Amino acid sequence: MKITQQSTESTLTLSLDGELDASSSVVLDTELSKPEILGNQKVLIDCRQLNYISSAGLGVFISHLQTFQDAGVKLVFFNMQDKVHNVFEILGLDSLMTIVPSEAEAVAV
Amino acid sequence: MKHAIRISCTRRNLKVVRDFVSEFLLSYHLAELVINQIVLAVDEVVANLIIHGNGEDESQFLDVRVSLQNEEFSIEIEDTNLTSYSPTSYVEPDLQEYVRIGKKGGVGMMLVNRIMDRVEFTTDGTRNLCRLYKKLS
Repeated sequence: MKITQQSTESTLTLSLDGELDASSSVVLDTELSKPEILGNQKVLIDCRQLNYISSAGLGVFISHLQTFQDAGVKLVFFNMQDKVHNVFEILGLDSLMTIVPSEAEAVAV
Repeated sequence: MKHAIRISCTRRNLKVVRDFVSEFLLSYHLAELVINQIVLAVDEVVANLIIHGNGEDESQFLDVRVSLQNEEFSIEIEDTNLTSYSPTSYVEPDLQEYVRIGKKGGVGMMLVNRIMDRVEFTTDGTRNLCRLYKKLS
């Protein structure tokens, strides 16, 4: 799992590249656990190169969602591949999290 | 086509098992979504067996065997750890509650149960078998 960061004044974009499983998800958890991340208004997750997600990867997002919401930080996913989106759908997480098709829509949320 | 694989109990081998199952399924011309779902279900069970069943002890092994007969995919995952994972007390989790308390794990078997048609855990005292089945027609 490779994570690339891009930051503007109030928005942090994390681009995920690779597979999020029980082995690799710790890297993402470390990024999302940094206290300074809560200083953003939005954290956008670019999933274009995210080829796979297991419950371990989902668990990282589930575990941080409430903290983000409490801090007023919007967590938005975009560019998600169908097979990855399908995993969110199987659990109904697509209704608990904000997932939009494109970066433009993510910025507009 | 190789239908069986033995792996040591380390998280690094999760990818090895995923690739093994994907490769097996690719020859059956299934939709990408279906292949991903089956690979995911297998990954979840194997991760539980590696992490919870065998404590990530690399001297322990899992034997994984796949087959497809009468349009039904099946996979057997076998280990010899007496404390092996068996979700007998499984209760479908409340995800909204998980979000509220910031829970990191616990949705793996929910995925497995929703994806596969049948999920069986058996033990005969010396070896544990997990079997997953899914009809592909």
